Amino acid sequence: MLDLLDSGLTSGLHGWGPQLLSGTAMTIAVALSSFLLGLAFGAAGAAAKLSDSLVLRGLAELYTTAVRGVPELLVIYLLFFGGSGMIMAVAGIFGYGGLIELNAFSIGVAAVGLISGAYSTEVIRGAVKSVPYGQIEAARACGMGRWRILRRVLVPQTLRFALPGLGNVWQLTLKDTALISVTALAEIMRVAHTAAGSTRQSFLFYSVAALLYLALTTVSTTAFQQAERYASRGVRRA
Amino acid sequence: MNWTLMWDSLPRLLAALPLTLQLVALALAFGAVLAFATALLRLSGNRVAVALTSAYTFVFRGTPLLVQIFLIYYGLSQIDLIRDSFLWPVLSQPMWCAILALALNTGAYTSEILRGAIETVPQEQVEAARACGMSRVRLFRRIVLPVAIRQMLPAYGNEVILMVKASSLASTITMMEITGVARRMIAQTFAVFEIFIVAGILYLLINFVATRLIKHAEWRTTPYLRARA
Repeated sequence: MLDLLDSGLTSGLHGWGPQLLSGTAMTIAVALSSFLLGLAFGAAGAAAKLSDSLVLRGLAELYTTAVRGVPELLVIYLLFFGGSGMIMAVAGIFGYGGLIELNAFSIGVAAVGLISGAYSTEVIRGAVKSVPYGQIEAARACGMGRWRILRRVLVPQTLRFALPGLGNVWQLTLKDTALISVTALAEIMRVAHTAAGSTRQSFLFYSVAALLYLALTTVSTTAFQQAERYASRGVRRA
Repeated sequence: MNWTLMWDSLPRLLAALPLTLQLVALALAFGAVLAFATALLRLSGNRVAVALTSAYTFVFRGTPLLVQIFLIYYGLSQIDLIRDSFLWPVLSQPMWCAILALALNTGAYTSEILRGAIETVPQEQVEAARACGMSRVRLFRRIVLPVAIRQMLPAYGNEVILMVKASSLASTITMMEITGVARRMIAQTFAVFEIFIVAGILYLLINFVATRLIKHAEWRTTPYLRARA
């Protein structure tokens, strides 16, 4: 078992090293874009869930329940096979009848972002609710407007409360990117799969892939711990 | 929206339901045993045991399940030691590879849930049990474990749902469970939405039933929280 790994590593991963590295860069790019897209969905979803409108609340509830209850792979298939059709239907409403093809990157980001957003919605909603209401009343008493309250009171504290949860969502998102390898986007998993197929060294390449993911998750755990420390720098520790 | 196509796809997707349920049930059963052993070893204080179990949970929680499935299905078959061993008849089948990967994965997550729950058992209760003269084993069986299991149920419910969803990855190694069948039907009919909706509703139903079962278990284990009649 170890000599399989050893012979592979000494031969420079049979020449697949550079591809694996660019695959890692692709994984990071997809994960970051999806996570940011997910944050946007999450903020919108949380705002909808906390709004007074029954319709908005219902829609947000449907979004989080459906996306969190259906396998990620199924959501990816939906966008991979149906994404272009959806975009073309929307474009058709605006009078554009041409063919629109989405590339694997945008489909992947849309799919993983959609999933990430459903989890972010719950995290952000919980964080907003844990800002004490008295502080908002106090801000109002000081004569702050709605936007100023949002910017100065609500957002900074929501961020602090949301960080641990968002850290978990980031880990989920990072690991979910492995699933877009089914759309042939050249991220870690896809490169490992291709390399394993062409060299017949499955054990080696999937182990390397596992190590790469492990490195990414470990680094991001530390980064989120730092961010949490930074966000709670003004909070007295018991 | 093609309603007849949706209706027609239902029997084929339903036919794949038993395989999905089988994968989930076996993975959860093996995973529970694994989680129990891992949590106990982790709490044992033995240095070697703690290091080994920490490494296990670190690796399986830090990598995507897809990597684990591929490593087991494609990777292990490459090692002669395994090909020649008694394990080969089992590990050469995609079904058992999928179950093994799912079980190892859920075992890692569940062991952390269980460990957290065991650590929250109030110390007074343990002291009281000791004062009653209970032996270590009896104390664990009668006090620590029941309280811990009650404590871990909500988190474990989430883990069950994650496993139901994770079973869809078995389709990447040729298992024709719900997602595998859905994918094949999408490729044949191009009716992406119709099939997605039917398959999605099946998964939502499974998860709904699973959530109800866990909620029922929570209710059963917390009689003291119910309003007295």
